[in-house]
Parts: sequence; structure tokens; C-alpha cells
Amino acid sequence: MTIGLGHYLSVAAILFTLGIFGIFLNRKNVIIILMSIELILLAVNINLVAFSSHLGDIVGQIYALLVLTVAAAETAIGLAILVVFYRNRGTIAVEDINLMKG
Amino acid sequence: MIVAALFFYLFAGLCVAAAFMVIAARNPVHSVLYLILAFVNAAGLFVMLGAEFLAMILIVVYVGAVAVLFLFVVMMLDVDFAEFKQGVLQYLPIGMVIGCIFLAELLLVVGAWAIGPGIPHAIASPIPTTIPNTEAIGLVLYTKYVYFFEAAGMILLVAMVGAIVLTLQHRVRVKRQSIVEQVSRTPATSMEIRQVRSGQGLGGSA
Repeated sequence: MTIGLGHYLSVAAILFTLGIFGIFLNRKNVIIILMSIELILLAVNINLVAFSSHLGDIVGQIYALLVLTVAAAETAIGLAILVVFYRNRGTIAVEDINLMKG
Repeated sequence: MIVAALFFYLFAGLCVAAAFMVIAARNPVHSVLYLILAFVNAAGLFVMLGAEFLAMILIVVYVGAVAVLFLFVVMMLDVDFAEFKQGVLQYLPIGMVIGCIFLAELLLVVGAWAIGPGIPHAIASPIPTTIPNTEAIGLVLYTKYVYFFEAAGMILLVAMVGAIVLTLQHRVRVKRQSIVEQVSRTPATSMEIRQVRSGQGLGGSA
């Protein structure tokens, strides 16, 4: 009944899959897609910290700190772009975001 | 040991359930609240792994900043979120298939991993057992990885400037202070000396 590295890796794998699944499921709603990306990054952080704890190497936690920084910056920029887009177009539906005809 | 296992399953179960509700909730506000719950439980998992500093950072950064940012944006935008939910069933099968394949692959990897023979000798900075976690991170972060730390600070600065520049809007009717205009004033441009005759004032001559 002891909790090992595999347990934490399983939780991280499930969280990662839920993030991917969320992107597929809510592909019309940008805000939920951003939250799904947050879930994916959280899964990555759990992996890093679990390996750091298991191997006794503190560098994994430093990496997790840097991932956290990038995640926060990404969220701030993403939401700012979303607000500007809504101000200009009056919608945030993903299928309406075709200004660049990509 | 049994208490640790119970807490692990509590945190892990709540974290996964909250993550599922993030993507399944009808109301985006509920999604944000479930995201907060997921992050708090992940912080519990971090505490169990011995990474107390990261756990507290996770709560401060995510619950304190990112989740509130999400809440503000969700409440600020006047969007009918119910219409986004239409057509979800159309994407459910393909998402289910890809998600199941992905999860099966990841769990197969988790079930069959092994630490390579060279890894225990290649540890960059071992976790000290005598000092607290925060102190250990500080000892490494500010010496060995100081450039990464500064790069992270620069990323945050650029993100802050970018977010402000993107969302700042100048309204036309609002009077603003123009410092250049104020400083470049001289007595010649701002004053006029008139000789006022008594009893007449400025009315006739101006």
C-alpha cells in the first residue's frame, strides 16, 4: 500500500489526458481551452516534482518553478489577446476567429 | 504509512475529479472554480512529495492570480456561453478515442519504466536533508541557476508589458495630463501683459 513514483506519474498522465480531452471537447470556447492548457502544464509540473522527489535531485523543482512562470505569462497574454479580440469583434467563438484566413 | 496513502488517494482523486469537471461544467465560472480546486489538491500532492515551497507558490500564483484573472475575464465578456456547448456531442467520439489511446500509452509507459544505471551518479544537486525545502531551493536557484531565474523574471516583465499594452485603451473624451506640453510652456506662450484703462476693462479692446 506504499505510494511510489508510479502513482504520481499515473495522476499526472490522467490530468494530461483530461487536458487534451478538454481541448477536443470544448473547441468552441477559448477560455476552456486555456484552462485545459493550464491542466496540461500542471500535469507536467507534477511529473517534474515527482521525479525530483524520487531521485533526490532538487533541479526538478527549479524546472517546475520555471514552467510555472511561463504558464502564468502565457495565461496573462492569452487572456489579454482574448479581451482585445472581444473588444474589436464582439465574439470569442473559435470558428469566428478567421481574420487571418489561416 | 496508511495515512499517507489515504491522503494521496484523497488529493489525487479530488484533483482528477475537479479536472474532469473543469472540462465538463456548463458554466465557465464553475470551470474556473473547479480549476482552483484542482490546483489546491495538486498543491497537497506537492506537499506530500516534500516540495512545500512549490506547493505554496502554486496556491499563491494560481489560486491568487491566474484563477482570479480567469474569473475577471469570464465575467467581463458578455458572451452567451451556452451556445458554445452545442455540438459537443459531435466532437465527443473523436476526443474520446484520442484521449483513451493517449492515456493507455502513457499508463503503459508508467507501468514499464526503469531508472537507467547512470542516473543516480548524474544528479546535479542532491536534496539536502538538514535544511528546509525553501532554503534548499534558494541555495541552488540563486547560485547555479541564477541566469534561468533572471530569464524567468524577464519573461514575466515582457508578459506584463504586453498585457498592459494590449488592453490599454485611450478614450477620446477623457482629459489627460500631457507632461511634454506642460514642461515646454514658456512665459511667452502662456502670458500676455495688457494695460487696462480704468473704467473700461478689457471688453472693448480685446
